[in-house]
Amino acid sequence: MRRKSYLRMLGLVLMLALPLVLAGCSSALLDPKGEIGQEQRTLILTAFGLMQIVVVPVIVLTLVFAWRYRRGNKDATYAPDWSHSTVIEAIVWFIPCVIIVFLAVLTWYTSHSLDPHKPLEAKEGQNEPMEIQAVSLDWKWLFIYPEQGIATVNELAFPEDTPVRFRVSSGSVMNSFFIPRLGSQIYAMAGMDNDVHLIANEQGVYNGRSSNYSGPGFSGMTFKAHVGSVEDFDAWVAKVKESSDTLTYPDEYYALAAPTEHNEIQYFSQVSPGLYESIVKSFLNGNEAHAAHMAEQEGNRHLFGHGGKAHDASEVDESHEAVESEDVTDSHQAPESRDEPMSAEAAE
Amino acid sequence: MFGKLTLDAIPFHEPIIMVTAMVIAIVGVGVVGALTYFKKWKYLWTEWLTSVDHKKLGIMYFLVSLVMLIRGFADAIMMRTQQAMAAGGAEGYLPPHHYDQIFTAHGVIMIFFVAMPMVIGLMNLVVPLQIGARDVAFPFMNNLSFWLFVAGVVLVNISLVVGEFATTGWLAYAPLSGKEFSPGVGVDYWIWALQISGIGTTLTGINFFVTIMKMRTKGMTLFRMPIFTWTSLCANVLIIASFPVLTATIALLTLDRYLGMHFFTTDFGGNIMMYVNLIWVWGHPEVYILILPAFGVFSEVIATFARKRLFGYGTMVWATVAITVLSFIVWLHHFFTMGAGANVNAFFGIMTMIIAIPTGVKVFNWLFTMYRGRIEFTSPVLWTIGFIITFTLGGMTGVMLAVPAANFVLHNTLFVIAHFHNVIIGGVVFGMLAGLTYWFPKAFGFTLDEKWGKRSFWCWLVGFYMAFMPLYVLSFFGAARRMNTYENTEWQPLMIVAWVGAVIILMGILCTVIQFAVSIRDRKKNADVTGDPWGGRTLEWSTSSPAPFYNFAHLPDVSDIDAYWDDKQKNGGKAPLSKPPYQDIHMPKDTWEGPVMGAISIVFGFALIWHIWWLAIVSALGMFAVFMARIFRTDVDYYVPAAEVERIEREHQKRVEMQA
Repeated sequence: MRRKSYLRMLGLVLMLALPLVLAGCSSALLDPKGEIGQEQRTLILTAFGLMQIVVVPVIVLTLVFAWRYRRGNKDATYAPDWSHSTVIEAIVWFIPCVIIVFLAVLTWYTSHSLDPHKPLEAKEGQNEPMEIQAVSLDWKWLFIYPEQGIATVNELAFPEDTPVRFRVSSGSVMNSFFIPRLGSQIYAMAGMDNDVHLIANEQGVYNGRSSNYSGPGFSGMTFKAHVGSVEDFDAWVAKVKESSDTLTYPDEYYALAAPTEHNEIQYFSQVSPGLYESIVKSFLNGNEAHAAHMAEQEGNRHLFGHGGKAHDASEVDESHEAVESEDVTDSHQAPESRDEPMSAEAAE
Repeated sequence: MFGKLTLDAIPFHEPIIMVTAMVIAIVGVGVVGALTYFKKWKYLWTEWLTSVDHKKLGIMYFLVSLVMLIRGFADAIMMRTQQAMAAGGAEGYLPPHHYDQIFTAHGVIMIFFVAMPMVIGLMNLVVPLQIGARDVAFPFMNNLSFWLFVAGVVLVNISLVVGEFATTGWLAYAPLSGKEFSPGVGVDYWIWALQISGIGTTLTGINFFVTIMKMRTKGMTLFRMPIFTWTSLCANVLIIASFPVLTATIALLTLDRYLGMHFFTTDFGGNIMMYVNLIWVWGHPEVYILILPAFGVFSEVIATFARKRLFGYGTMVWATVAITVLSFIVWLHHFFTMGAGANVNAFFGIMTMIIAIPTGVKVFNWLFTMYRGRIEFTSPVLWTIGFIITFTLGGMTGVMLAVPAANFVLHNTLFVIAHFHNVIIGGVVFGMLAGLTYWFPKAFGFTLDEKWGKRSFWCWLVGFYMAFMPLYVLSFFGAARRMNTYENTEWQPLMIVAWVGAVIILMGILCTVIQFAVSIRDRKKNADVTGDPWGGRTLEWSTSSPAPFYNFAHLPDVSDIDAYWDDKQKNGGKAPLSKPPYQDIHMPKDTWEGPVMGAISIVFGFALIWHIWWLAIVSALGMFAVFMARIFRTDVDYYVPAAEVERIEREHQKRVEMQA
């Protein structure tokens, strides 16, 4: 990866020159904690620096020309009919073209090297890659650990120096899965199996959130990502496994999927096998169970969305009359009441 | 009988809305009372509402857009206030349901009901005059377009007090805007306001495209058209090509919501990303519909006040055309994070960057127009210089967003908000305010007060930088857009700075209001007697101010790009005046059908929003009947007698002589 180290050097030089650095080390994007984020920082600073070749002269020339050729300055040359110069025209087309060619090459290269779908290889001294599945719900994040057989709500943990493949989908409207300190975000879309590969190279607790507006509970769709050693992670998994809650599909999952705002952290010691795949597939055919659960959800969502105005039952679509099993109503209870909220200190 | 409409639809429990509604009601009663007291109803109806005069329609577009600017700005400052307050567990003063409506309404109003009518208003006022025409190609349609736009405005404002507005964001992304997730009437208001006004916009696009292609005066070849007309032509091509996409997309969403279809639902085979693709296939050209005419304004302003030919006319035209074409193949850059493949992302990223080339060329051409000129620092020039600097920065952040790998961390953050306000305020708003000041005398016969104009400029400029530079910084801390509350108290100081910036912009708006008042007071002193207050270069300055309703006594004969400047040079530096003999002038008659169809379309939209089916049918039939009445009306034109033309021209010439 000689190319990358070159970019990093360039970025370093540019960084010293940039006022943006004033934002300094508490800035998520300028002080990233993972390789992806670091390369993106370098890329942003490189693009920024390159464009200064045009931006700075334009701003300076604007002010200089405006002042020099002001009406009161009789010393300046006045050429009222001068309106064409092949040389100048050639230059003003040529310079932006050169810069854009350079940026285009950079864009082509980084679009591939930083493609969110591209798996990260575990380098020397790094742990083997792992997979975590993230599902956005109204308005919380469900994280499923298929290898560990556990799940959490609004809390994420994984070991440092471990390439993580996040598979990202939605059980509701579109959201975006984003941990700014680590790099790329990706949309979470119902019925679609998206993914983003990230890695954390430093221990710490990083803020994550949905960055794509999804309704009234959107602001509270935040989570913490706890990055520690492998031992810390194992301890965290053990703690989750102590939870008495489980997450089975469909009943417990749909109960969880009912809209809540500022949801507490929740742990599930066991999940239905293939839970993530079930959620993704539940949208494909519009099966009856899904429709029934959505009918329930619509009612709740209406309550949340409309400042407590009562939900008009007559608005529920005919297709929802297909609610067939009692367990739907059984499982329809507020998640908060089912769970002792657990503290988030664990993985630090 | 009333569909879903009940008394519960009026939000009596929301004090902010109720107070606003009261103020609107009081102002409304005041206006109606004043009109009645001064017996101005007939004047209003015959001289304005039914007018097909493109200049009057232009003025009315601008008037409505300025009123809506205040509404949209009220939303803006409420949002800024909320974000300045709601840090670290504090909830602020706006609950999510209200806050979400406000940012949705802000975007919708500012784009559709402020920026668009300003651009279209300016085109109305200026384009026929610049090409030496007496009116647009389809005068009735022009009037109808305006009233359909007003219908959209009225529906959006009704949503304030009857029901609710959408809580989906300004583009109403599916599936959030679907029936399942937004069962209320908010999205329906959005749908019908945009659908009705959007059809008006499409008609405007057709109208002006035909006007520019077919109604140019003798000698005005395409490559002798003023730059503002060129940019308007390109903007109208974009309207014709892109607005039908918006109409179709909203129609599909309507089918989903009203008939339970599944184009954009998450299940039963619907595809939410199809909606996102389609809406941006319209949405990206839309921003160029706004910015291209602004580019045109700056080109006219800078050449006029530098007393110099525009540098690189041909380059300017081809750059505009290039932007027009490219604007259709960049839409995916609004959602790189969808997760398309690297090749797709790279293609759209690079296409986006290529737009920076013709745009950069334009900037250099403005620079070299100033070079070796004699620049007079009037307020339009200040707006132009402020624009060049601000827009260059906005263009730069735009290219940063266009790099897909960088976009993955900048998308959906305040960076995007800062970027598009950077180009829309720095580009479109500055451009429209420059154009307003520049062409105001042509519309009203007196110039605007310079002192208050300059104050307005400085407030907008400083306010803009204070309001949006902090957002760029915050985006680097990972601040997402559209947050009602946020945990991180470190962000609060910058949010407060942004709020102060918004207050300074408010002062800029107030300066403009004062500017109008002062200018109207001093209208005698600032009268534009000659019709050419700035030493203009293009044909609109060759006629009197305000321009006579027939625009030109004789249709001008053009042999140069700067046609009027050329005429003045040939006449020994003096403005040539029209000479007899005059001829009868063929003009269109006013129309009652436009405002009536507009009014019925409000009822139609309202009925559909509230599912009052009988009323929807009745109003649809009503519109059809009025339209038929118009089609079968033969009495649509008349001749202005030559003697009348001569009288008006004489009067103007007498005034010019008296001043000399």
